[in-house]
Amino acid sequence: MLKLRSIHLRREESRCGNRSLVGGLEPASFEMSQAIAHRPPLNRSLWKRLSPTGNAGDALFRILMFSVALLMLLIVVGMILALGSHAVDSLRQFGFSFLTGREWDPPNAQFGALPFIYGTLASSLIALLISVPLSLGIAVFLVEQAPRAVARPVTFLVELLAAIPSVVYGLWGIFVLAPFLREHVEPPLGRWFGWLPLFRGPITGIGLLTGGVILAIMITPIISAVVRDVLAAVPDSQREAALALGATKWETTRVVLVNGTPGIAGAIILGLGRALGETMAVTMVIGNRPEISLSLFQPSYTLASVIANEFTEATQDIYLSSLIELGLILFLVTFVVNAIARLLVWRVTRTTAGAAA
Amino acid sequence: MTSLTALCTVAAVGALIIILTYIAQRGISSLSFRFLVEAPKPVGEGGGIGNAIVGSALLLVLSCVVGIPLGISTGVYLSEVGRGWFASTVRFFVDTLTGIPSIVTGVFVYAVVVLRMKHFSAYAGGAALALIMIPIVARTTEEMIKLVPHSLREGALALGAPQWRVTLGVVLPAAAAGIATGAMLAIARVSGETAPLLFTAFGSRFFPGRLDEPIASLTVQIYNYAISPYDEWHAQAWAATLVLMTLILGINLTVRFFTRKKF
Repeated sequence: MLKLRSIHLRREESRCGNRSLVGGLEPASFEMSQAIAHRPPLNRSLWKRLSPTGNAGDALFRILMFSVALLMLLIVVGMILALGSHAVDSLRQFGFSFLTGREWDPPNAQFGALPFIYGTLASSLIALLISVPLSLGIAVFLVEQAPRAVARPVTFLVELLAAIPSVVYGLWGIFVLAPFLREHVEPPLGRWFGWLPLFRGPITGIGLLTGGVILAIMITPIISAVVRDVLAAVPDSQREAALALGATKWETTRVVLVNGTPGIAGAIILGLGRALGETMAVTMVIGNRPEISLSLFQPSYTLASVIANEFTEATQDIYLSSLIELGLILFLVTFVVNAIARLLVWRVTRTTAGAAA
Repeated sequence: MTSLTALCTVAAVGALIIILTYIAQRGISSLSFRFLVEAPKPVGEGGGIGNAIVGSALLLVLSCVVGIPLGISTGVYLSEVGRGWFASTVRFFVDTLTGIPSIVTGVFVYAVVVLRMKHFSAYAGGAALALIMIPIVARTTEEMIKLVPHSLREGALALGAPQWRVTLGVVLPAAAAGIATGAMLAIARVSGETAPLLFTAFGSRFFPGRLDEPIASLTVQIYNYAISPYDEWHAQAWAATLVLMTLILGINLTVRFFTRKKF
């Protein structure tokens, strides 16, 4: 109602030109104008913001778009609230010891998240160790070395890796990757590096290492795509300067890499965020046992996998609540990780783009 | 050094080719017309993925109906309407949505929709997929609208058109191809999602009847078959994967074909 009135008011104002606002109104609007008179600046500025052009359709349009935008905020806030409120039982009962508890024993109502936190971090770390050098290599090749005719189709092919669904990676992991690692990779690792606790124990092909490798394949297209953008954003003047000083091609590439360091760090953290939350593929190959073992050959469990596996089986309230708390932890961790990553990437691509312009 | 970086690239492309050819080989051997139209049967009696194909299609339609308009509107807000700290906050939250693990989206929809309805449903599954779709569509829309030259807007405004007509009648049509691309990629992305469907749409062994009941989907069926102990179901999982990958690669290649001049 207020809005309709003010639209009317606005028209009146424009029609009346210099005449005073209140004077130009009919008596019926007087009450209204009194109300406005109490807080005129706010109302005027609100109207101005709703419709700088003074058009009613614009105001409606802007209000509609604004409500959708507001809905996005509400969804994210609602997510935190919904997860938090359903995790309240578990939060109350276990408190901080939930994070450090090593027991996950649903029949006895014992719930501790540590094995899952460990499994999530360990598998993501393995994935990063494999994927980061690989992604850097791909990005450098595509931006700095490959001729355009090669770079374009290859870029598309690498990006296609990101289009393969998680469950398909999982299926492939179970039937191809796990047997391959069991027969051709893990035995030599055990033979040569068995003195490290990392490579001890029975070899099954299902475990942390397999989970890490499949994650590495999945995050490589993401990291390499962002690094590619970052390298492309490094101004050519940097390359020209290095070359002019007599640097070789490789030394020039190093200059470019150093220039893009924050962005590359951002890309890596972005990949980490993806790896932490990846569910299906990991669930299918990691073995799903809530144990903390240093050995990469042993089965493990991640935050996302335990939710995927046990959510529909959780019959007791405290069980479900604990699982939702695991979801909340995952949400908060990926939230922070992604925020840091975006900040880093944004700094590079923005500042260098600005400098180039 | 060039050989080393080239090797990295070959490794990634090689992985893609190995995975795709393996899917094609294993998938084609169990693929038949009956497999595509029949509902699942007990082990040993054949059966197919017809229900899952219909289910996935319904879920995609549901998610598009909600996700695409909301995504485009958010994108329009971010590029045409919003200014200042509020727009930045919205952009940040939309990016946050992109980064949320899809399993967490599933948990959220479970808490908000499934617990309230007291049972799994196609609606819940569609909502979960829509939540994943919105930020993707929103950000592509924003980027695509930014590419529309300012002179177009100024021209329309100079002719006396109000802002909403400029946006809906001039800017959006000019960016339509790009927005459609983004929407297609978002569809490709969510059609492969499994985690958010596990406890929203849940899955079913029958053809879908009503939308407020649990519904089958290709991805969940692939998952259930993959972790089952039966060879026959494994073979069906590969065939279903071939169907899914054909859809997803089809979308990606089509989009690539239509945008090849721009990138």
